[in-house]
Amino acid sequence: MTRESASERPMLEIRSLHASAKPSGSSGADTPILNGLDLSIRRGEVHALMGPNGSGKSTLAHVLAGKPGYRVTSGEVLFEGRDLTAMTPEERARAGVFLAFQYPVEIPGVSNMYFLKQAANAVRASRGQEELDAIEFLQLAREKMKLVEIPEALMSRAVNEGFSGGEKKRNEILQMALLDPRLAVLDETDSGLDIDALRIVASGVNALRGPERAMLVITHYQRLLEYIVPDRVHVLSGGRIVRSGGKELARELEAKGYGWVAQGGESRAPKRAAGERGPDGPEAAA
Amino acid sequence: MPNETVEQLARREYKWGFTTPIEQDVVEPGLSEDVIRLISAKKGEPAWMIDWRLEAYRRWQKMEEPHHWANVRYPAIDYQAIRYYAAPRQKAKLESLDELDPELRRTYEKLGISLDEQKRLSGVAVDAVFDSVSVATTFKKELEKHGIIFCPFSEALHKAPELVQQYLGSVVPQGDNFFAALNSAVFTDGSFVYIPPGVRCPMELSTYFRINASETGQFERTLIIADRGAYVSYLEGCTAPQRDENQLHAAVVELVALDDAEIKYSTVQNWYPGDAEGRGGIYNFVTKRGKCAGRRSKISWTQVETGSAITWKYPSCILLGDESVGEFYSVALTARRQQADTGTKMIHIGKGTRSTIISKGISAGHGQNSYRGLVRIQKGADGARNYSQCDSLLIGDECGAHTFPYLEVANPTAQVEHEATTSKIGEDQLFYCQQRGISEEDAVNMIVNGFCKRVLRELPMEFAVEAQKLLGVSLEGAVG
Repeated sequence: MTRESASERPMLEIRSLHASAKPSGSSGADTPILNGLDLSIRRGEVHALMGPNGSGKSTLAHVLAGKPGYRVTSGEVLFEGRDLTAMTPEERARAGVFLAFQYPVEIPGVSNMYFLKQAANAVRASRGQEELDAIEFLQLAREKMKLVEIPEALMSRAVNEGFSGGEKKRNEILQMALLDPRLAVLDETDSGLDIDALRIVASGVNALRGPERAMLVITHYQRLLEYIVPDRVHVLSGGRIVRSGGKELARELEAKGYGWVAQGGESRAPKRAAGERGPDGPEAAA
Repeated sequence: MPNETVEQLARREYKWGFTTPIEQDVVEPGLSEDVIRLISAKKGEPAWMIDWRLEAYRRWQKMEEPHHWANVRYPAIDYQAIRYYAAPRQKAKLESLDELDPELRRTYEKLGISLDEQKRLSGVAVDAVFDSVSVATTFKKELEKHGIIFCPFSEALHKAPELVQQYLGSVVPQGDNFFAALNSAVFTDGSFVYIPPGVRCPMELSTYFRINASETGQFERTLIIADRGAYVSYLEGCTAPQRDENQLHAAVVELVALDDAEIKYSTVQNWYPGDAEGRGGIYNFVTKRGKCAGRRSKISWTQVETGSAITWKYPSCILLGDESVGEFYSVALTARRQQADTGTKMIHIGKGTRSTIISKGISAGHGQNSYRGLVRIQKGADGARNYSQCDSLLIGDECGAHTFPYLEVANPTAQVEHEATTSKIGEDQLFYCQQRGISEEDAVNMIVNGFCKRVLRELPMEFAVEAQKLLGVSLEGAVG
């Protein structure tokens, strides 16, 4: 591994994770989406998760953040040794898990600056840090706004309301900078971005890379990984990781297409990211 | 949103539900001409006032309790089971505020209302109405220096009889509607305000209404007159004890603005809303109307309605003077099993009259929230303009939001705009906030306050803070 000794416990350990989407009505069965996913990420590492549509990429992001509507049926998710699935979404956020949303949500009437201050102070309070007052927060925000070239005018507008696609994604990275998470999950942050916006977002993300922070970059395309160069690349198919490798795997995928791993990958045991555990057995659903 | 969270919302605490133990002067339940004469006698009213009341009573007897058009459900009220007068026993005439019964002083302190003029932090003069009577009015002397009259209604009958006689019923006539007629017959206290020509009232005026006695209705009457070029900002607040039976509150408020005068009237209504099963709570049937009698006059209503089992209330503006302006800003919140049917009427009569309506309805629990608004542009109202915006926010799956806009335009030069939206606090919004470390409850508060911001910023500063807190308390436990 890149920066830390292999003996250190990974920051995020996902073992044989099975998860389903709950039906939206009162009847109907759960739809299994993740089918025995294993993944370990150490601090300081950036991992990319790639895969075709419907392979379970966003489901993994949502399960990590605790979004309602999903059920973990078996397996475990440990974040710094704690069982993530037993924590509420806000507890996970305060513990340092950050999700950059693929589709950031609009909150009419709530100014972006106010929202960010509430969020930053909620996280600070949970860490025993003093809350920032309006002026202190403004100073901090201005410094971080430079990272992703967010103009002041965007701060006084309602959260994400009427933001362009690029503004929304830059706003996500700004929030990441302000909340200073331990683990950042970027869910298709490149989707809907033109090349200039992609460059700004990527440079913001790169500025936030550090030895204490881990990142999981979820993307459909290899393009983003030209800018955010990962330490490891994993390919998700059918709800499990079917192939893992170094950054060159992304290029290979781009050249050969997902059909290549899906065909080759499912006929044999997947190559593992961390390799602490044996291959998946057929898991009994809980 | 899961069901248990809705249950929690319905169980939220009502912090103002205590009762003050105090010796009272009460009239036995029941309504008759004798009871009306008794009330009038207790207040030492002139003969014309008694006649006026009795005329209203006779009209009321021929009217029917409205059960058809409003979107609220309630059993017929037994008017013979209500007490029409209850007052704490105290010295007939207080020489100064120091003589006020300490029990009453404590009550208002508990409610966060200071009757101590020394603690003039907020610069608000208060008229404190306890059941059927006003028990204290602050800053009367200071206001008198400016020629301003701010006193209990019963006192105004002696202090400014001509003004009362001229304007009482001039905006809301005795037979206007069932509850206004009842009020005209049995009204007890309320506030009277007169601002002389060209005077800008140096402080906020306010009335705090408290229902304390059981089985008693509160029927207050407020009359505010702003003479030519005068300005006044008036606030009212109200609370009541927590009881299993319903209590009736049927008030009438009349505002008159002469040439170039402006009246800003703000309400934070926090009557007891009843419990989770819909037991108890205040029936709030109120008629509020302002007349922009003069040219370029302006009347602005702002209301934050969080209490009452039933709210039935349409603060309205009659825009008679040319270029006069009417405004209505409203937040109405219904949780538990509360019902609200509230809105406004803007009647454009003068040329170049303008009106703005901003209504925000929030429903949670089993609450039912209706906006009902009339915009009428009469034939002579050349160039009249109206803008209406009615937004509804739903929390949970068991509540309802309804909008009933009525437009009557008889002048082709008028411009009328109406916008309406209904939205639900989405799981997506809550999850987004939570993912940023904000608790679900704080997220709901933040979203609700954002939704109401346009209205809350119309309130005077201290009131806005109060209202914001109140919305928070009212939604306490709205989510799990």
